[in-house]
Amino acid sequence: MSADAHAEHAHGEGHAEGTLRGYLIGFGLSVVLTAIPFWLVMTGHFDSQTTALAIMGFAMVQIVVHMVFFLHMNTKSEHGWSMMALIFTLILVVITLTGSLWVMYHLNTNMMPGHDMSQMP
Amino acid sequence: MSPTPVSPIFGRFTLEALPIHEPILVVTFAVVALGGIAVLGAITYFRLWGYLWREWFTTVDHKRIGIMYMVLGIIMLLRGFADAIMMRLQQAIAFGGSEGYLPAHHYDQVFSAHGVIMIFFVAMPLVTGLMNFVVPLQIGARDVSFPFLNNFSFWMTVSGAVIVMMSLFVGEFARTGWLAYPPLSGIIYSPDVGVDYYIWALQVAGVGTLLSGINLICTIVKMRAPGMTMMKMPVFTWTSLCTNVLIVAAFPILTAVLSLLALDRYVGTNFFTNDLGGNPMMYVNLIWIWGHPEVYILILPAFGIFSEVVSTFAGKRLFGYTSMVYATVVITILSYLVWLHHFFTMGSGASVNSFFGITTMIISIPTGAKMFNWLFTMYRGRIRFELPMMWTLAFMLTFVIGGMTGVLLAVPPADFVLHNSLFLVAHFHNVIIGGVLFGLFAGIAFWFPKAFGFKLDPFWGKMSFWFWVIGFYFAFMPLYVLGLMGVTRRLRVFDDPSLQIWFVLAGFGAFLIFLGILSFLIQIAVSIRNREKLRDFTGDPWDARTLEWATSSPPPAYNFAFTPIVHDNDAWWDMKKHGYQRPLEGFKPIHMPRNTPAGVFLAGLSMVLAVALIWYVWWLAAISFVALLATAIGHTFNNNRDFHIPAEEVVQTEGERTRLLAGHAGA
Amino acid sequence: MTMTVTTVQDAGVQPVFYVKDEHDHPEGGSTMLGFWIYLMSDCLIFAALFATYGVLGRSFAAGPSPHDLFELPLVALNTSMLLFSSITYGFAMLAMEKGRVGTTQLWLAITGLFGLAFLGIELYEFTHLILEGATPQRSAFLSSFFTLVGTHGLHVTFGLIWLVTLMVQVAQRGLVQTNRRRLMCLSLFWHFLDVIWIGVFTFVYLMGML
Repeated sequence: MSADAHAEHAHGEGHAEGTLRGYLIGFGLSVVLTAIPFWLVMTGHFDSQTTALAIMGFAMVQIVVHMVFFLHMNTKSEHGWSMMALIFTLILVVITLTGSLWVMYHLNTNMMPGHDMSQMP
Repeated sequence: MSPTPVSPIFGRFTLEALPIHEPILVVTFAVVALGGIAVLGAITYFRLWGYLWREWFTTVDHKRIGIMYMVLGIIMLLRGFADAIMMRLQQAIAFGGSEGYLPAHHYDQVFSAHGVIMIFFVAMPLVTGLMNFVVPLQIGARDVSFPFLNNFSFWMTVSGAVIVMMSLFVGEFARTGWLAYPPLSGIIYSPDVGVDYYIWALQVAGVGTLLSGINLICTIVKMRAPGMTMMKMPVFTWTSLCTNVLIVAAFPILTAVLSLLALDRYVGTNFFTNDLGGNPMMYVNLIWIWGHPEVYILILPAFGIFSEVVSTFAGKRLFGYTSMVYATVVITILSYLVWLHHFFTMGSGASVNSFFGITTMIISIPTGAKMFNWLFTMYRGRIRFELPMMWTLAFMLTFVIGGMTGVLLAVPPADFVLHNSLFLVAHFHNVIIGGVLFGLFAGIAFWFPKAFGFKLDPFWGKMSFWFWVIGFYFAFMPLYVLGLMGVTRRLRVFDDPSLQIWFVLAGFGAFLIFLGILSFLIQIAVSIRNREKLRDFTGDPWDARTLEWATSSPPPAYNFAFTPIVHDNDAWWDMKKHGYQRPLEGFKPIHMPRNTPAGVFLAGLSMVLAVALIWYVWWLAAISFVALLATAIGHTFNNNRDFHIPAEEVVQTEGERTRLLAGHAGA
Repeated sequence: MTMTVTTVQDAGVQPVFYVKDEHDHPEGGSTMLGFWIYLMSDCLIFAALFATYGVLGRSFAAGPSPHDLFELPLVALNTSMLLFSSITYGFAMLAMEKGRVGTTQLWLAITGLFGLAFLGIELYEFTHLILEGATPQRSAFLSSFFTLVGTHGLHVTFGLIWLVTLMVQVAQRGLVQTNRRRLMCLSLFWHFLDVIWIGVFTFVYLMGML
């Protein structure tokens, strides 16, 4: 594994490079994926819960689009280490976000004045 | 304590910020100043400035940077321990109406500084130093991935340490405990410079830590010798990799949360205030998302050291290498899922507390697996009871006790009783001293001959060992008892006279530890004096197993004349077994990075910036910030970054070693 | 490095224990990975800020709420600036791969202008809010809003300084290997900031207006 890594040094970075087509596809998708959530919120066609779920979905998809077409993420660059670092980071981001929200939400429910102790989660 | 007016030139610095009215500090300052002048004078007298600057301060050699980290850690250990023994003395005498000898204002700074220094400026530099020194050698590399960054990281750590030390004599340090919980650390309750010293010292040092984490990850991932697959990496390299992953994953959270606290204090935002929607518990939540991985950052390399030491001194391949690696990885990930156990009592309720209680208990499983791996490695081995091995045995005994009290604290109902008690204090000292520190001492004794070419004196080493181990038990077992009796931490005076005897015992333990530290320093001095007798000619004084022992002691600047090829976990053992012959010819010029002073300048400017911000000297902050940016950009225009060590020099170095080996063959 | 590595040891054959014909390691072989890992750590800083916004974002303290403050058309305009700068940076990278110094510089300059426009609009928005009395000190919601969005803006600012530095270096030495590597790093940085912005406009602006 390491031997391959060494061998590769001689030939360059081994980094995926973009193409004009790739950039344009990515740009087109991004425009669409940005426009729709803005439109959803600004017109208010649906109730807020549906809209919230929809725009979160669009954000996720757009992040993937950016990762693939602009950041050129794939499973091969740096022998998969880039992808591994990304996945690990995403796990930690999810833990930090959901963990903090969960912990602090329960704290607020339990500790803010005027709550009913029998309802403790 | 009244807020002083901010002068446009000196900020809030006035002559009153100098503690001339506090005799303890004046005496300390006098001693430090005299010692400092003596050291500087000696360096000047022996004309060492040029040598130190060229060969050490500006070096990009990972070995020298590693050694400088160790020196920093040991110096700061003395300061941190001075704080510790002051606290022990205060608590041992402040009974029956006595106020002790430390006023509350000073005592609160002492316990805060003790925690901050011991974690950030003792344990971290020692751990980073060992990783820096050992990892590139263990993987058969010439240096780390980013040698300049390595130098810069080191000086950022030094800058952080200097900022903390400065608070002793100019102004004051935080009086908030080592994690500076708001609202106490907010501007309303801590209006003076103490908390700002805390924030900026950690921010500056944190940059260094983060960059060195990235550096070592890249080094391990990209620079391994050919043939060394991930599952052929030495265990210390594995634990270093996991530790650095944790550093990169955890320290950004610390940076973020301290920045938010700084914004609260400087700009008047309301993140952690009690007004206008702020929530102080969010600080506690965030800082422990960093804080829990931090303790694993410290302990994982120690686990790696013990693994290397056990297999070397038992003369056996490490038992359960694969399970050891998986246990390390599992601990790395799990360490991110337990942070709430530091604040069970905050009130998140039963479901949250049970989740984090259970994840905490689960961590003990991989740790236990490691314990058994070490035991099975020793089983039927021919154990040599050298100093590193003694530390390892002491660790195994002590750490199990600390681990058990940890599992006890992981039970939320029990934690409601023991939270913030001396039981907790005893627990984390038990794992940090019994785990991290014993590990570091084992590592120092183990790799010292590699770094300097001679072994450490065994007699004084053993003195240090026994003083430390016995002192530890005397100092901290009484705290378990006191904690169970309900004594909380950070108290300055006590009413109940029946408690005093336990504090006196703990104070006696601290005195024994003092003797242990003294013996350690004597050990180093004696070893330097007797270095010819303790000399290691072979490069492999312990009959060890991994690659760092394949080269000479101390290793040449280029580490290995030829990059080694690895066939086995215990690469050097495998080479010895197959009758490896050292290559004697065919040397080539070796491509190496060039020394640069940019790291010193950048870190120095960062320090000036931090001090300016602490004292509200805005003009200086602006200037130093611009200078910092300009220096950083200017450095990227420097294209003169590498050179070749000529083949003749390699021939000469290797030739000397050949003669040395021949002269002492069979000796 | 060209050599063969035999990890399988044949009985009786002496295994090879060192590399005889080693070549220089080209500088910067780890840079892309190292920079990527740095970006991951930066991502976690933003995670902490998002978490803070998530927890404190509804603590209005009887002050203004997103409905009173945010103007989505302005945010949409800002988003488009960043998106345009992403594609133009992409064009700069394509020109770099073809080795065209002039074209690369041109696209970099255009990218920089879009970045400046983004910053200008953000500063306009901030001053507007502050003049309305919605200062960072007003409530925990506003503290976390200004910090999260401001940190992103600060990153864009450093990106611009870096961009200018690189344009100078490309002008000096052309598209040498070092400069190519640096442009690739900045590319990662720039596109990464765009990814963060997706989170910002979704979670802060759009969700806030619901």
